[in-house]
Amino acid sequence: MSEESIYESLLRKGVSRRDFLKFCSTSAMILGLSSSTVPKIAEALEKKERPSVVWLHFSECTGDSESVLRASKPSIAQVILDIVSLEYHETIMAPSGHAAEKSLKDIITKKKGKYIAVYEGAVPTADGGVYCFIGGHKAIDICKEVGSGAMANIAVGNCACFGGIPAANPNPTKCVGIKDILGGTVVNLAGCPMNAENFTAVVVHFVTFGTLPALDKHGRPLFAYGKCIHNNCERRPHFDQGQFVRQWGDMGHRLGWCLYEMGCKGPMAYQNCPTIRWNEGTSWPVQAGHPCIACASPNNWDDAYPFYKRMEGVPGVGWQANADKVGLGIAAATAAAVAAHGIIRAATRGKGPSDKEEGH
Amino acid sequence: MATTHREYIWEIPVRITHWINAISIVVLSVTGFYIGSPFWDSPNSDSVLPMALMRFIHFVAAYAFTASVLFRIYWMFVGNKYARWNQFIPLSTERIVNFIQCALFYGFMRKEIPHSPGHTAIAGVSYSIIFLIFLYEIASGFALLYVANGGGAIYNIGGGWLLRIMDLGTIRMLHHVFMWVIWIFVIIHVYISWHNDIIERNGLMSSIFSGYKFFGKHH
Ligand code: HEM
Ligand code: HEM
Ligand code: SF4
Repeated sequence: MSEESIYESLLRKGVSRRDFLKFCSTSAMILGLSSSTVPKIAEALEKKERPSVVWLHFSECTGDSESVLRASKPSIAQVILDIVSLEYHETIMAPSGHAAEKSLKDIITKKKGKYIAVYEGAVPTADGGVYCFIGGHKAIDICKEVGSGAMANIAVGNCACFGGIPAANPNPTKCVGIKDILGGTVVNLAGCPMNAENFTAVVVHFVTFGTLPALDKHGRPLFAYGKCIHNNCERRPHFDQGQFVRQWGDMGHRLGWCLYEMGCKGPMAYQNCPTIRWNEGTSWPVQAGHPCIACASPNNWDDAYPFYKRMEGVPGVGWQANADKVGLGIAAATAAAVAAHGIIRAATRGKGPSDKEEGH
Repeated sequence: MATTHREYIWEIPVRITHWINAISIVVLSVTGFYIGSPFWDSPNSDSVLPMALMRFIHFVAAYAFTASVLFRIYWMFVGNKYARWNQFIPLSTERIVNFIQCALFYGFMRKEIPHSPGHTAIAGVSYSIIFLIFLYEIASGFALLYVANGGGAIYNIGGGWLLRIMDLGTIRMLHHVFMWVIWIFVIIHVYISWHNDIIERNGLMSSIFSGYKFFGKHH
């Protein structure tokens, strides 16, 4: 079924030419490309066949699939689902049991080197990887088998990218992200869950140019994770004006002031939420009144914790949220020590002449 | 005690950079503390933008501080013998002996501070550490500016490169923690300066203003 081009598939589903071109422009916009690339994108989507996608689930909550499927306007949901030929997706495919098993085997052998593998969820590695079995196979083995034959590997959601919640301290099952299993290039569409629009944009880029978009040091596409949230936040003027929410539901909170003092991690987080937003531009966490928890950053469940306090923890020391108290404490202790030293010196001085060192 | 001999120790650049550093650190700490935990709200700010103002002052002081620190490091290679880099890092036997003697003196195990017309070796080491911390504050500050301004060549040279080896959260947290480390240094530093001034009667405290220290006649 993937012989159909993306455009044909969209036409069949009743998407108009106009909507199709809108979609091409939106994709170019999300990717940060100039409008002159829109015809190129349109041409590629018209001519090239839809890429086959194998979508795997490991240790996760299926939130990323939800993010893709629960898009509110049907046309966009169609676009996202139709832009790829979803050959295997445990949650939404028709076959089950052995039939499902077989379809996965078929795809990865018949389309070897021609499918995109999408991963949702972390891979447990403790005790040989026994903590996640699917159809009698360990997640770690499925991951390696599918990953080795894929033309591109895309990890969606923070669990697949960096381990996410399953890998949070103390990480009993030693969960890791996909890249730690596969090595090589893995596109990390981080976020909890990832933003479906960014997924679409990556696929459009891949179909149009035949390459993956430029990635940052965490493997995240720069077009989506290149800018600091704090710099594009609509509450930013309140930050500059020193207007901060101090308590949930206080006047500032009702007026939409800055969430910095409520622990907002926007100043350390990178994603395009403030511009692309979620659910077709309806809203995003900060707009809805909740501080950013840096859900697209590696280890955010540990590093961005505490979520509702300003200060990041001091790693390994457990000073969490207390750098100022500890700093002040040590400074006071130092002052006391210095005073004690002075007293001892005063008490012991004057005994014997202050004979200067001879020569030097 | 006879103080018959006056010697010019701290050249003008050493003194000027010392006081630019000291003043800008006070300014950077107050404004930085506000940036870290804004203690003052402005519910009705038509004209005053406290956070924007604090950040602006922080950045102005930051440039003065950066210039001063870099100039002092340059002066470590061209200044007089008391300003030289080898006063900071004890490599010669004389400086190592001086270091041990100082340690014994501060620990009440030796009566006299070893004669050190410039910095004592312990002071030198503490300044080396504090200069490294200054350099970290500068690099991390520029890294934060790099993020805040979404790039920029100067910010990149100044510290944007840190982002490639450290996470932004850690960079920021350490930028804050080192503020406290600097203040702990300052407490000890001012105490020791005063203490040695009293013990040695060498005019140490005023020397950082005037440049001169006083030594006994056998010198
Ligand atoms: C933020 C505050 C301060 C910082 C960061 C600071 C830092 C330093 C540094 C790095 C040096 C080495 C100077 C060089 O060779 O360039 C130094 C020397 C000195 N400072 Fe400070 N200082 C501060 C405040 C003060 C204050 C308040 C005093 C007291 C009046 C003082 C007295 C001295 C003296 C007497 C010396 C020369 C001492 C020696 O090494 O033998 N400083 N200071
Ligand atoms: C001794 C020197 C300095 C001290 C004690 C200091 C202190 C601080 C503190 C406590 C913060 C708040 C951190 C937080 O909790 O978020 C801060 C923020 C910051 N500092 Fe510094 N700082 C120093 C030097 C510098 C320098 C040299 C630069 C730049 C070249 C700089 C740029 C910044 C920036 C950009 C921020 C973040 C502002 C924001 O995100 O709005 N700082 N500083
Ligand atoms: S709400 Fe968060 S991201 Fe927005 S301006 Fe305040 S601190 Fe920055």
